[in-house]
Amino acid sequence: MQENAIELKHITKRFGNVVANNNVSLCVRKGEILSLLGENGSGKTTLMNMISGIYYPDEGHIFIDGKEVVISSPKDSFKYGIGMVHQHFKLVDLFTATENIVLGLKEKGRFDIKIAKGDVKAISEKYGFALDPDKKIYEMSVSEKQTVEIIKVLYRGAEILILDEPTAVLTPQETQKLFKVLRRMKEDGKAIIIITHKLHEVMSISDRVAVLRKGECIGVVNTAETNASTLTEMMVGKKIELNIERSDVVNPADRLVVENINYFDKEGVKILDNISFTARSGEILGIAGIAGSGQRELLESVAGLITVASGKITYHDPVTGAEEDLCSKNPVQIRDLGVRLSFVPEDRLGMGLVANMDIVDNMMLRSYNDGKTVFVERKEPKNLAERIIEQLEVVTPNAQTPVRQLSGGNVQKVLVGREIASSPTVLMAAYPVRGLDINSSYLIYNLLTKQKDSGVAVVFVGEDLDVLLELCDRIMVIAGGRISGIVDARTATKEEVGFLMTKTDGGLANE
Amino acid sequence: MSDLKTKKHEPVIHITKRADLVWYKAWIIRAVAVLAALIVSAVVIMLLTKENPIQIYASMIEGNFGTERRIWVMLKELAILLCVSLAVTPAFKMRFWNIGAEGQVLVGALGSAACMFYLGDSLPLPAMLILMFIVSVICGIIWGIIPAFFKAIWNTNETLFTLMMNYVAMQLISFFIMVWVPNGSSVMGVINPQTKSGWLPEVFGQKYLLSILFVAVTTIILFIYLKESKQGYEITVVGESENTARYVGINVKKVIIRTMAISGGICGMAGFLLVSGINHTVSANLAGGVGFTAIMVSWLAKFNPIVMVLTSFIIVFLQIGAGEIATSFRLNQSIADIVTGIILFFIIGCEFFVRYKINFRTKEKEEKNA
Repeated sequence: MQENAIELKHITKRFGNVVANNNVSLCVRKGEILSLLGENGSGKTTLMNMISGIYYPDEGHIFIDGKEVVISSPKDSFKYGIGMVHQHFKLVDLFTATENIVLGLKEKGRFDIKIAKGDVKAISEKYGFALDPDKKIYEMSVSEKQTVEIIKVLYRGAEILILDEPTAVLTPQETQKLFKVLRRMKEDGKAIIIITHKLHEVMSISDRVAVLRKGECIGVVNTAETNASTLTEMMVGKKIELNIERSDVVNPADRLVVENINYFDKEGVKILDNISFTARSGEILGIAGIAGSGQRELLESVAGLITVASGKITYHDPVTGAEEDLCSKNPVQIRDLGVRLSFVPEDRLGMGLVANMDIVDNMMLRSYNDGKTVFVERKEPKNLAERIIEQLEVVTPNAQTPVRQLSGGNVQKVLVGREIASSPTVLMAAYPVRGLDINSSYLIYNLLTKQKDSGVAVVFVGEDLDVLLELCDRIMVIAGGRISGIVDARTATKEEVGFLMTKTDGGLANE
Repeated sequence: MSDLKTKKHEPVIHITKRADLVWYKAWIIRAVAVLAALIVSAVVIMLLTKENPIQIYASMIEGNFGTERRIWVMLKELAILLCVSLAVTPAFKMRFWNIGAEGQVLVGALGSAACMFYLGDSLPLPAMLILMFIVSVICGIIWGIIPAFFKAIWNTNETLFTLMMNYVAMQLISFFIMVWVPNGSSVMGVINPQTKSGWLPEVFGQKYLLSILFVAVTTIILFIYLKESKQGYEITVVGESENTARYVGINVKKVIIRTMAISGGICGMAGFLLVSGINHTVSANLAGGVGFTAIMVSWLAKFNPIVMVLTSFIIVFLQIGAGEIATSFRLNQSIADIVTGIILFFIIGCEFFVRYKINFRTKEKEEKNA
């Protein structure tokens, strides 16, 4: 039996009436990788924040190397050798990797950056990181930035590492590389806690899994003795089907034809490079790519939010057969043409909905201008709001609740519900399940499939390749603003898509 | 083992956000804040002046409600402050930081004064008043849409822009007074004192009643406009998130300019009321800072025009009351300002407690940890 690196006993944390963690006890041994699994809001992050000194537990004890400690600030946590790698990186763009790594260290005497550079190199070699210590952050890919963050905590002597959803931003290849490094660290005797909700990763990387549900620790199991469906059941509390029923494509017809569009941002950087594709009715077209490869701009240019520099976007009306040019038209003009285009944007509360408005007022965002009087009409939106609340099981006190008070999943249901309610012919959804729990995610997948079955052309931008491969009919992969390939989702493999995601002109992006 | 010493380092106070507060509890907090403010001010008054605080408070009430005339003066002040507060509200609701209400009021006043000065009694009174009203509103609109236009097209900073427009307005008034009053005293006397041309008439023997009615009607119209009209809905969406506005196809530039036109227009109307209904003259400090106080009134009311009646009453009550205690107790004006400051501090400060909850470290928890 290995020694415990950190042990939590009966930890409880409350926020007002909400119990974020209730009597949680678990331990991590030296030389072990523990996965912390749980749905959103199950208390994973709160628990880790208590270890890293951001929150202070209301009740309970923390032991490090068998001794009880009090961690009341990030400084304390650092003192006990705990290092956390957050989901959102905290790096200075204009500094090099080494400068970022040593930033904030308080050492007496003259500081020698050369020695630091040597140390950084030594750490990189020891664990097999590929990192140039002189590279500036702004020149780095997401995975390189993550490497900097990890080396930063190692440089500071962390023995216990916490990684908050480290793979969310990585391609499959990058994930494999990260896992290799993590295994080396484990061999070196480090204790590693990894937060994730991708089950297959849990199965492949961890030694043990701790499952949280509604703030309580449901159980800690050895990975070798469990499987994905058992873990899901522990996580959700009931057995659920993790299958997406993909129906066959029936009578596909061209609905949206995009030809050679180019788009430059304000600084003149080319964001979309000669993109052409066709979205067909009765089909889900998936869009895969590393975050920030131009997915958002692509959807916004179709929806009329931004104007492309060149190219053609044509909409084929299913009833009249007319072809409408959507370029350089704003959303209202597109709607006036009779084009029924729905768009679930990535930024739900910053774009799709107004956080401080209630559900009813959010329902009429697109239709508020329809009536003939100068006054808004709230009766129809109210009915719609109540219908959506009932049909999609939105958890809310009533339709007059501001959407900011709803949980992430319910916010998304409200948004998707509204966009589907306008019976679209083209439905575009960007990361519609980001931040949602498993149940809500599958509800959304099923809604999209239903739309596809009723003849809608669905465009789905996703990040989880497993889901893309299961849900979509075709997958278009974009890398650096260009289409690097369009594959058949029924036959393509994850590795194939992952390879296309990093395939830009100048060779592989992350080598 | 230094660990043992650091053991009870739990922070003494935690601040957490309240999920939702029942409305009456929020009002209890506010009532307690007012009470606390009165007690603290009483202590300060006693320590500094040795006067009886009860008498001081009585005199504040006296100053506002003592005689019929005083009530009308209070209502007039209330009407003007409310009017400008209403004016800034659409802009602030749109998150357009219009701190140029002062200037917009002044140019409105200048417009009315110019009509009175140049036209004399050449027009019948109703026509004259309608003309003055229109000119004032147009002046206010122009002053409002200049910064809005620059904001919409070139995204200039509206805070600085509207602020500077205030000074331009003041200089403009000084300029016209120099032109109109050739004797060099640079003080404009009452315009048309004999003919009373362009003066809002008395109604039921009350000089200010008509001005007050103007503002009352505006309050209701603006309330409905913001809450029920499509344009009001657009203002809310643009204020909350420009991206959302783009997403649903609202023309953000148009909304910015249109809303500032409304904001400036109502300010222009306040200028008209000041000249035509109240002062019958114009000066560079005619608005007397009301354009800035109005911002506070509007925010305190959370942009609800009806609640603004209450918040502007609180401010006006304090201002008049403060002036009254300064004169009737022969105190320095500063003590009045101190009292006003303390009360405002508590009223504004209590909003923190409406939104956040403070948890103290409890005894039992410490014992448990020990």
